[in-house]
Amino acid sequence: MNLYPKSLDTWWDWGLWLVLTAGLSLLLLVVLLVIIAFLLLMDRKVWAAVQMRRGPNVVGPFGLFQSFADLLKFAFKEPLIPAGADKGLFLLAPLVTSVLALAAWAVIPVGNGLAIANVNVGILYLFAISSLGVYGIIIGGWASNSKYPFLSSLRSAAQMVSYEVSIGFVIITVLLCAGSLNLNDIVKAQQIGIGTRLGMKASLLDWYWLPLFPMFVVFFISALAETNRPPFDLVEAESELVAGFMVEYGSTPYLLFMLGEYVAIVTMCAMTSILFLGGWLPPLDIAPLNWIPGPLWFLIKITFVFFMFAMVKAMVPRYRYDQLMRLGWKVFLPLSLVMVVVVAGLLQYGPQVR
Amino acid sequence: MTLTAAFFYLFAVLTVFSGVMVISAKNPVHAVLYLILAFFNAAGLFVLLGAEFLAMLLVVVYVGAVAVLFLFVVMMLDVDFAELRAGFMKNASLGALVGLVVLAEIVTFVAAQVWKPGVLPAGIARAAPIPTDVSNTMALGQVLYTKYVYFFQGAGLILLTAMIGAIVLTLRHKPGVRRQNISEQNARTKTTAMDVIKVPSGGYTIPDKAAAKAEGA
Repeated sequence: MNLYPKSLDTWWDWGLWLVLTAGLSLLLLVVLLVIIAFLLLMDRKVWAAVQMRRGPNVVGPFGLFQSFADLLKFAFKEPLIPAGADKGLFLLAPLVTSVLALAAWAVIPVGNGLAIANVNVGILYLFAISSLGVYGIIIGGWASNSKYPFLSSLRSAAQMVSYEVSIGFVIITVLLCAGSLNLNDIVKAQQIGIGTRLGMKASLLDWYWLPLFPMFVVFFISALAETNRPPFDLVEAESELVAGFMVEYGSTPYLLFMLGEYVAIVTMCAMTSILFLGGWLPPLDIAPLNWIPGPLWFLIKITFVFFMFAMVKAMVPRYRYDQLMRLGWKVFLPLSLVMVVVVAGLLQYGPQVR
Repeated sequence: MTLTAAFFYLFAVLTVFSGVMVISAKNPVHAVLYLILAFFNAAGLFVLLGAEFLAMLLVVVYVGAVAVLFLFVVMMLDVDFAELRAGFMKNASLGALVGLVVLAEIVTFVAAQVWKPGVLPAGIARAAPIPTDVSNTMALGQVLYTKYVYFFQGAGLILLTAMIGAIVLTLRHKPGVRRQNISEQNARTKTTAMDVIKVPSGGYTIPDKAAAKAEGA
């Protein structure tokens, strides 16, 4: 996988580097978007199955092409900009949401070393980019110049900033265990752990979900809140705020918001599987399982986490705003803070796990 | 390193441009958004310097949290711009003077470096070498938690004081506000939450009315 030129001295090397980076990014984005189209369908199908409905089943066999039909529907609609809106910012908001969500995938390793940019501070980059997602919502809500979108955007900005705190602490506990901020190294560090000590070398018991189980749960719930998924979808609580910050949006800008939201959700699923479920590693290091290439395992894990997201959406009723804030600040923040201290203490003074 | 230079000029020009727009934008929300753009480009400059950890922290802390609160406040404020503009012209001369002094200081410093390299002490004149064997994050951590640990703790204490101060200034306990107490809710049992009332058979009487009738008679 090292097609990149060794140095960047000549214009020829620059050109090769540019073409390779652009080509690989394009490949990643196309594959990602196609996968997301089917994950979106899966989301609706799971939701429907829980409610004993059929879900989308008209376009294509079993409704498989529903997402593409939706794409065409949104793209061919007429974009409307409200007269009182701030036109530049009104159109900037959906672009910010979708571009930032896609930009996060630049550092995510889909296989051993298979990332567009294998940067040293990969996890910080992901954290930074995911914390910027709030801007699309704030700008969109304000630029619409309408009451419900503004209320919704204020509410969800507070929500997303609150849950970032606990996500940050969860990431710190994982970093303490892995000893690196590089996503590739974090996955590799999960080859040795509890499972190896029990005699199951490089198995699923080695991954961080087992030793850091409370943090795994906190991260999962915080990821739901950070991406505004139900039961924390206060940003578009349709019973109170019509459609939240997206009330005034239609056609392609709305499509970009939806796309950005789902890409952010899949990014969070990818982050969960990198931090806690061993990224591209097979669950058992034995013959038929380790023949399957890493990216496929990564995809399977993302799909599994996404399935859990979809089940939560279908089963859990929506939180009230004060309950949401209580959970974030009074439950998760102290819990994750204590866990950082406990994990650091165990790593320093406890038995040598690694 | 032509590409590095190109990116430097891109980020530098955008930083200066958005800095100018912060103070000249008509709408305060636009001003804050330009401030965010300035932060972002400054982070880009940090990356070019090889300080990727600082760059990411700048984005996480300033863009991801501080600027969000800024935007929050500015969006909800009802600012009268005509009044602000009038105040601007009054203080413009003082502002220009301060700007001029800062500019003169920077120019003097740079000029001293360029024309007489020995005039400044060695520690100031030379940039710290970029370590090649350890990563950026590790290099920062190694000095921050050893050599500068008291300063680090001191900064933390100052921030804690500021936080407690802000809470003390704004926290008010209003009497009569009904709040949800989840542990109290969960502690309720059948005996504390329910009363079983014996209703006499054969036509019912509403207890209150019966009592009133008894009183009247």
